[in-house]
Amino acid sequence: MGAETNSTRPRTIDIVNAGMAKRHAAEWRFRLYGKLAIAAAMLFLIFMFSSIIYKGHSAFVQTFIGLDITLNPEKLGLGNHPDKKALAAANYSGLVKSTLRDMFPDVTKRKDKRKLYKIVSTGASYQLADLVKSNPDLIGTQIKIWVPADDEIDMLMKGYIDRDLPESDRRVNDQQIAWIDELASQNRLENRFNVGFFTNGDSRDAELAGILAALSGSFFTLIVTLLLAFPLAVATAIYLEEFAPKNRWTDLIEVNINNLAAVPSIVFGLLGLALFINWFQFPRSAPLVGGLVLTLMTLPTIIISSRAALKMVPNAIRDAALAIGASKIQMIRHHVLPLALPGMLTGTIIGMAQALGESAPLLMIGMVAFIVDVPTSVVDPSTVLPVQIFLWADSPERAFVEKTSGAIMVLLMFLVAMNTIAVIVRKKLERRW
Amino acid sequence: MLVNDISVDRIDGDDQSSINAESVTPKHVLDRENRDTVGTVTVADPRITCRNVDVYYGDKHAIHDVSVDLGRNEVLAMIGPSGCGKSTFLRCLNRMNDTIDICRVTGQIELDGQDIYDKSIDVVPLRSQVGMVFQKPNPFPKSIYENVAWGPRVHGLARSKADLNEIVETSLLKAGLWNEVKDRLDKPGTSLSGGQQQRLCIARTIAVSPEVILMDEPCSALDPIATAKIEDLIDELRQQYSIAIVTHSMQQAARVSQRTAYFHMGDLIEVGETAAIFTNPKHPLTEDYITGRFG
Repeated sequence: MGAETNSTRPRTIDIVNAGMAKRHAAEWRFRLYGKLAIAAAMLFLIFMFSSIIYKGHSAFVQTFIGLDITLNPEKLGLGNHPDKKALAAANYSGLVKSTLRDMFPDVTKRKDKRKLYKIVSTGASYQLADLVKSNPDLIGTQIKIWVPADDEIDMLMKGYIDRDLPESDRRVNDQQIAWIDELASQNRLENRFNVGFFTNGDSRDAELAGILAALSGSFFTLIVTLLLAFPLAVATAIYLEEFAPKNRWTDLIEVNINNLAAVPSIVFGLLGLALFINWFQFPRSAPLVGGLVLTLMTLPTIIISSRAALKMVPNAIRDAALAIGASKIQMIRHHVLPLALPGMLTGTIIGMAQALGESAPLLMIGMVAFIVDVPTSVVDPSTVLPVQIFLWADSPERAFVEKTSGAIMVLLMFLVAMNTIAVIVRKKLERRW
Repeated sequence: MLVNDISVDRIDGDDQSSINAESVTPKHVLDRENRDTVGTVTVADPRITCRNVDVYYGDKHAIHDVSVDLGRNEVLAMIGPSGCGKSTFLRCLNRMNDTIDICRVTGQIELDGQDIYDKSIDVVPLRSQVGMVFQKPNPFPKSIYENVAWGPRVHGLARSKADLNEIVETSLLKAGLWNEVKDRLDKPGTSLSGGQQQRLCIARTIAVSPEVILMDEPCSALDPIATAKIEDLIDELRQQYSIAIVTHSMQQAARVSQRTAYFHMGDLIEVGETAAIFTNPKHPLTEDYITGRFG
C-alpha cells in the first residue's frame, strides 16, 4: 500500500518547484507595494518641505531702503543740550518724512505725499530714534541708515506683486513703483538678511514682525513642562513597574494612563482653563499655565515610554542585585534606572517635541494673545511658536504668508533637532548585552 | 491494532532486557501514596532546616511537603526531571520567590535556628547571608571590579578603598578568576566568556561573605571545560560555605555533592549520601531516574 501511494503521488520536489513561480510572484508583489508606499510617503514629504521652503525662504531676507538723513536738531525739535526725555520725544517720524520729501521734491500733493511716506516701514522712525538715543553725538551730522521697506514694497521686490496687473488690482500703485525704481537705480534698495525676524516680537506690520517672543514663550513653556513632567512621569513609571502590586486597581490606573495618551489635546486645554486659571487664579496667557497643561498632556506619553524602558531591563539584573542583598531602591537606583534611562529620555524628548508643536490646548488658556514684548519669565504674557504660526496664517496681509512658512521652518528645525538629540542620546547611553 | 504495532516496534527496537510496554508509565509514577520522602533528611549540624515546606503558584501546588536539612560545609545536590520544583525550592531558601507576586510559601525554613519566613525577618540581611548564583550568568553591565565591589559597598562592608580592593581581590581569587582578569578590572563584566562570567557571579556572591550559597544549575550554560572549573571551585568553596546546588546533570551531582536530594513532580522523593543514592537508591522513582528511564 505504501509503495502504491508513492507511485501515484508526484514527488514533493516537483510540486514545490511548480509552485515556486507563484511564491516568487507573491513576494515580488509585496516588495513592490512596500516600495510604492515608501515612494508615496517620500513624495508627500518632499512636496510638503519644498512647498514650505519655497514659500518661506524669502522670510529670512527683506528689502531695505537706504536713507541719507541729516539729523537737523531743529527738525527733530531739539534744543542745544537735549536730555534723555527730550531725545525720546523728538520728532523722528517727521524727519524721516522730510527726508523722503527731499529725495522726491516733485511730490507735492498731500495724497501723493502720504503714498510716498508709506514706502518705508513705520519702524524706520523707531530705528532712527534708537540710533540717536544711543549716540546723541550724531545730532547735526548726516548719516546713512538702512530702514526696512514697507511690507507691500517688500512683496513687490520679491516678485509676489505682479507689476503687469491693472493698477486697481494691486496694493502698490504706479507712482510708488516709479519711486521704488528710482531708489533702485540710485542703489538705495537692498535685499538684506532679516535680522528682525529673529529679534522682534509680533507686530501688525509684517516687515517688523518676528518670532523671538513666540520662541521665548515656547522655551519657558517647555522648561515648565520638562521640569514637571519628567520627574513625575519617571517616578510614576518606577512605582507602577517596580513597586505596585499587580491587582485590579493598578490595572485600572494603567488603562487610564493609556487612555489619557489618546485624549484630544484641546480637552487638556479646557481642563487647564477650569483648573489653573478659573480655580487657582493663575495668570492668563502665561507659560506657567501653558507648561502645566502640556505637562498633563505629555505625562501619559512619558509614563508609557518609561514603563516600556523599565520592562526592557532584564529580570536577571534585578535578581542579581536582590540576591546580593540589595534593597529594592538600591537595585533600582544602581542597576535598573541606568539601564532604563536612555529609553526614558527618548520618550521624554519625543513628548517634549509633541508639546513644542502643540497649539490647541494653549488657545484655551489665552496663549493666543498678540505679544509684542519678549517674555522674560514664566508668568509674563506670551504665545508659543505654533500659535504664532496660527495667528500669522490668519492675517490678511500678503507678507504674512512668507512669515508663516518661515516660522514653520524654524519650528520644524527645532523638532528635527530634538528628535536628532533623542536618537543620539539613545545611541550614546545604550548598553549592549 | 495500532497500539499493538507500537508495542511490537518498541520490543523489537529496544534491548531485550528492557521493560515491556506497560512500564512506559509505571504504576509508581502515577501513585500518589508512594511519594513520602525516603532516606535521611536530617544532618547532625544543620545550617538550614526545612520542615513541611509547601509552595503554591496561585492555584498550582508546586512543592508538596518537603523537609530537608543543609549541613555545615556540605554540598547538597538537588536533582530531578525538568519542572520537578527543585529550582522553586532553592529560591525559597533566600526568599527570591518573594519577587513573584502569586507565589506563596508555607511550612518552616530555618537558617541557624531562625525562621526566615518570620514576619520580623527582612530579606536584605537574609540575602546577605544566603547568596545565590543563577543558571544564566548575569553580571551587571558594569566593570569587573564594580561587579564584585557593589555588594560589599551596598552593605557597607569595606572600611576603606584599600579594604574594598582587598575584598575584590580575595573574592576573585577564591572564584579562581583573579589571574585571568587582574589586568583588566575596569573592563565590562559582560565582555568575559560565559564560564568567566559565571565565576565572576560567584565572586560577586562570595564578596559579601555569605554563610550559604545557593546555585541554580550554574553550569547549564557552560562548556565542559568551564564546567570542570566551576565544579573544582564548588569543592573548594565547601571548606567555608554550605552549598545547595540544583543540577540537571547526575554526573555533576555525583562529582560535587556529599548529599543528594531527588525531586519528582514537586515531591522530595529521596535524600541521602550521594554515593548511596547513586549506587543503591531506595525508592523505585529514584532508581528509574538515575538509571535513565525518564527525565
